[in-house]
Amino acid sequence: MWQEQTLTETFVEIIARASTQLPPDVVEALRQAKDKEEPGSLAQKALDTILRNVELAGGAWQPICQDTGTPLVWIHHPVGVSTRMLTRAFTEAVKQATARQLLRPNAVDPLTEKNTGNGAAPGIPTVHCEEWDEEDLEVHLILKGGGCENVGAQYSLPNSALGADRNLEGVRRCVLDAVHKAQGKGCAPGILGVCFGGDRGSGFVESKRQLLRRLDDRNPIPELDALEQRLFKEANELGIGPMGFGGKTTVLGVKIGYLGRLPASYFVSVSYMCWANRRAGARISPKGEITWLD
Amino acid sequence: MARLTLPTDEATIRSLRVGDFVELSGRVITGRDAAHHWLVKAFRKEVAPFLKDSVMYHVGPVVRKNPDGTYTFVAAGPTTSAREEPYQADVIGTYGLRGVIGKGGMGAKTLEGLQRYGAVYFHAIGGAAQVLAQCVKRVETVFMLEEFGVPEALWVIEVEDFPVVVTMDAQGNSLHKEIEKQSAEKLKSLLSLGA
Ligand code: SF4
Repeated sequence: MWQEQTLTETFVEIIARASTQLPPDVVEALRQAKDKEEPGSLAQKALDTILRNVELAGGAWQPICQDTGTPLVWIHHPVGVSTRMLTRAFTEAVKQATARQLLRPNAVDPLTEKNTGNGAAPGIPTVHCEEWDEEDLEVHLILKGGGCENVGAQYSLPNSALGADRNLEGVRRCVLDAVHKAQGKGCAPGILGVCFGGDRGSGFVESKRQLLRRLDDRNPIPELDALEQRLFKEANELGIGPMGFGGKTTVLGVKIGYLGRLPASYFVSVSYMCWANRRAGARISPKGEITWLD
Repeated sequence: MARLTLPTDEATIRSLRVGDFVELSGRVITGRDAAHHWLVKAFRKEVAPFLKDSVMYHVGPVVRKNPDGTYTFVAAGPTTSAREEPYQADVIGTYGLRGVIGKGGMGAKTLEGLQRYGAVYFHAIGGAAQVLAQCVKRVETVFMLEEFGVPEALWVIEVEDFPVVVTMDAQGNSLHKEIEKQSAEKLKSLLSLGA
């Protein structure tokens, strides 16, 4: 079974990968977007700079963006593994990664207004642990930047200004409104994680968990798959473009999930992830062997 | 593709238009929240010559101190400019800045200041920390490093071919306003909402 210290080292590796290596599906989506934009347009120039940046960062194992974001991690573990140990190990990994400049010291105590200096504070990192029947550990991490987190949005339906009722059409309306409100401010082109249902807290958590999905996967639920494809097309028709310069690429993907809701509530939670969709996944065998899952 | 050397002059800046892609070379000074407060609180004559006819970059850089005492910018992408909205126009007017570099654009007060004083808003590529750090060739000097810390200090740097887009010009145009309006219309039609 896993030792806390070796797990910490493995977690640092996962953080390093997330911070410096953009997943191949995201790079591919950015490349395709660049080819689609008008030659010489501002949109194409922006995407070109982004792609050069991804290459430089990846080659040098340097952070893709200086805002290394909030580490959000989901860990699946076999029966009998201590979740307190997992949380401790991951938090320690964040501190070590910060000391090694893989992460920026990115946690501020809002009471004293002091940066804690080591990347950790209550709630940072956020570690979600879930038991499963397999023998391995599986870790999925995203680093979510502040600029894009600031443009996330939550709606309570019905919403008469948007003509949004409590159904998938209402969800569609909220998502398009959120993309419009965000403009380029979340470092467009973005990736949308959406959850309908749940409460105000769980809805946002699920919307973020959707961001772990590969851009080229398909939703197994046909209605949601259709809505994802439609929203991808329509959000791009808004013409906001990379950085809000105008253009054909406003989003790189839309991922939708749902949770049960109370009869009285119907929330739509939209998390906006910037183009720097820093995501890493790994499976860790009981012997400590790592299999990368991106 | 236009090249612009800094420091510059009013006529050159007034000739720039929204949508222009420009590569900046020469002297730039960095500043974010702490710097803006400090600059408006009193006239800082020690920094003033570095601001005159140059541009201020909204960035919280990661900077490495080299063994010989010099500094190197390691990561330097733009930060959100909107936070400086209350101060920016005054800083431009008081110190004779010809522009700012940031991301996300700025509001009405700044747009008016740009027109009045002859300055523009340059939008850098958000998240492009490595590409932009490579454009920083040299650190000339630094102000308030002890007091504000690395990200908030005022770094006087020399840049080369630093890529930006003019998104607010000295004629009162704003690409952000335009795109916001166009996308609002498109949104209405997608949602079949009335005007
Ligand atoms: S929104 Fe993303 S890409 Fe933009 S500055 Fe923040 S972390 Fe970087």
